[in-house]
Amino acid sequence: MLKQLEGSHAVAEAVALCRPEVICAYPISPQTHIVEHCGELVREGKMGNCEYMNVESEFAALSACIGSSACGARTYTATASQGLLFMAEAVYNASGLGLPIVMTVANRAIGAPINIWNDHTDSMAMRDAGWLQLFAETNQEALDLHIQAFRIAEQMSQPVMVCMDGFILTHAYERVSMPTQEQVDQFLPPYTPQQVLDPANPYSIGAMVGPEAFTEVRYLAHEKQLQALDVIPGIAAEFKAIFGRDSGGLIREYETEGADTIVVTLGSVAGTVKDTVDEMRADGKKIGVVTVGSFRPFPSAALREAVKHANEVVVLEKSFAIGFGGVVANNIMMSLQGTGIHVHTVVAGLGGRPITMPSLHRLFDTALKGELEDMHFLNLQWDIVNAELQRQREQIASGPTAESILRNIQTDTARGTPTPAAE
Amino acid sequence: MTKELTAEQKVKFYQKGTFTVGNRLVDADNRSVQASMERSNAITSGHRACQGCGEALGARYALDTAMRVTGGQMIAANATGCLEVFTTPYPETSWQMPWLHSLFGNAPAVASGMQAAMKAKGKKTRIVAQGGDGGTVDIGFGCLSGMFERNDDVLYICYDNEAYMNTGVQRSGATPGGARTATTMPVGEAYPGNVFGTGKNLPRIAMAHNIPYVATASVAYLQDLEAKVEKAMSLEGARYIHVYVPCPLGWGCASNATINLARLVVETGFFPLFEAEHGKVTATRPIRQRVPIEEYLKPQRRFAHLFKTDAGAEAIRKLQAMCDHNIAEYDLLREGEETLA
Ligand SMILES: Cc1ncc(C[n+]2csc(CCOP(=O)(O)OP(=O)(O)O)c2C)c(N)n1
Ligand code: SF4
Ligand SMILES: [Mg+2]
Repeated sequence: MLKQLEGSHAVAEAVALCRPEVICAYPISPQTHIVEHCGELVREGKMGNCEYMNVESEFAALSACIGSSACGARTYTATASQGLLFMAEAVYNASGLGLPIVMTVANRAIGAPINIWNDHTDSMAMRDAGWLQLFAETNQEALDLHIQAFRIAEQMSQPVMVCMDGFILTHAYERVSMPTQEQVDQFLPPYTPQQVLDPANPYSIGAMVGPEAFTEVRYLAHEKQLQALDVIPGIAAEFKAIFGRDSGGLIREYETEGADTIVVTLGSVAGTVKDTVDEMRADGKKIGVVTVGSFRPFPSAALREAVKHANEVVVLEKSFAIGFGGVVANNIMMSLQGTGIHVHTVVAGLGGRPITMPSLHRLFDTALKGELEDMHFLNLQWDIVNAELQRQREQIASGPTAESILRNIQTDTARGTPTPAAE
Repeated sequence: MTKELTAEQKVKFYQKGTFTVGNRLVDADNRSVQASMERSNAITSGHRACQGCGEALGARYALDTAMRVTGGQMIAANATGCLEVFTTPYPETSWQMPWLHSLFGNAPAVASGMQAAMKAKGKKTRIVAQGGDGGTVDIGFGCLSGMFERNDDVLYICYDNEAYMNTGVQRSGATPGGARTATTMPVGEAYPGNVFGTGKNLPRIAMAHNIPYVATASVAYLQDLEAKVEKAMSLEGARYIHVYVPCPLGWGCASNATINLARLVVETGFFPLFEAEHGKVTATRPIRQRVPIEEYLKPQRRFAHLFKTDAGAEAIRKLQAMCDHNIAEYDLLREGEETLA
């Protein structure tokens, strides 16, 4: 059924169709509308026997999910940003214990400076925590990925993070096709846990493991992720057979045929990138796009295949490894080792700075001309950076950086200099 | 059917000269769960606790009782700490019940999730969570308070040995003033062991949540502990039992001193035994033979420095004052009551 829904509500309704038994979350923008609507659906009796728990922190939320999942209950949670970091210890624990929890991350920047807007720093901080990480491009895909996530998680006995851009997707009203309960039931069978705490067959779970087996346990977790490289496309294909649309999978190619330059990105910005590429293609420019759908496991082979005829790859990412460079780009460089394909890193959209078509046009044109630097910050306001560096050189006790910058921008505006355009 | 135990039972016999009641002397209904061939051995033998470990003793009595009350329909969530480590030197495990260790600071929340799963599935399986004093009063405190406040159907048992034993005896929020730990080393007159803060009385904090049941227990009074666990398991909602468990290794006492110290801590008034329901104290255990705090302190090397300096003497006075306060607060010297010893 087609519905005009806020992204968060679409996700909550999709979760409801998956018949979760325990939902436990702690509110944080921009995830709030998801958990609020889940709570509403439970209270309205639209989630069967689901227990909805309000707890005192994200750490408790994921910990409660660990308890319920270990007892064999289909379990869901959602968070973002500071919340994901607050539960970090439990994030690693859930995957180490092999518990198929599904968690939405409504991607948001991490402070300080505190910032509620979108980027991918939160998910990327947990990229090596052993969870599978799927990134949604649209609200429809976010909805679909949740249904697929329960299948993948339960089949692999591994937790899955569905990452969707905060505000850009969570708060956007869009038309989505909402599956029927029958379709979801056909796709997602009741949960049969690989391990369950049961008095009839008592297990001890969570024992200490020393050097004699720790590496093997870790390797097996890696092995599971490698298996997921086959499972994810398989489940996407099954999904298509039942629901009739392409959603999920490892990567998505767009206009890659004959492209000399391929932009690799993930999340909602792929839409803007594709629109830009359409215009550039119309001008005869040889550029294409690859969207990474699964960041963990990282689809190295599929990616290598998709870009093999290109000369260069421009990685456009909303994350940044401070002191080094790109996070996604780093993964892509490792995947393309030995291919000779040049990889550029473009860090963009941090803390919600809009990524617009005009700036993408400029960026991609520079790349096509062979003039793009290896590491580029899209729309970085150098005048602000330099002014602050200058101030810090002049004054040892120069005060807090972020606040000083804001004050100076204000003063500049008052003097009539326009605020640096975010575009 | 066994007769229902109440936490403070009237028992006529006890052996002269000791305060212990041998199982042989009480009628069958009042005997310890451990005296029964049907005991569940929730923590079976072969674990790696130190000799004389009060925590191993307390956990075994508490869990076997809970297992009996629930007919074995029980799951445990365990915080990181000695109990977790010494029971699971894999490939061996002492647990003959479903048991999950997740993290140091989240056992109450894990247990909350477990009870939610049971509710969703319509199962009657009960949930017990447990941790040391560090896992309970410090790092797990937020999760514990949340579990209390929501009144989740969980019995939480804290095994209080007054420090972080598993990591080598560092101070916790439950370490008493004056005690030597690896992070509160006494130095001359300036530093007589742990500081005297304002205290963090978790049983009282639990009571402030108005939860259905709070009790304190000590491993010197095992039948009392059993009775309290039984009482707790007869109730629904959030319940809390704080068990005093001497740790020979961390306290620097003989391994055969465990029971004696666990008794002295009660007889000095330092650790009052009581029960509370919905925020009100409903029963206390009177002191049978009052002893000064020195008698409790002397067998423990963690307090040895207190007997060498003026600052130490002052610390002892403070500890005695705390005992006096408890004795007055809980009316522990009242006459004419006989209780199960
Ligand atoms: C987040 C975290 N911080 C610190 C530790 C290290 N640690 C493990 S057990 C423990 C102390 C346990 O003390 P307590 O809870 O009193 O239990 P005991 O060992 O004394 O029975 C500490 C500090 C940890 N495992 N996790
Ligand atoms: S260190 Fe203490 S608590 Fe830990 S096992 Fe030994 S006696 Fe028990
Ligand atoms: Mg301790």
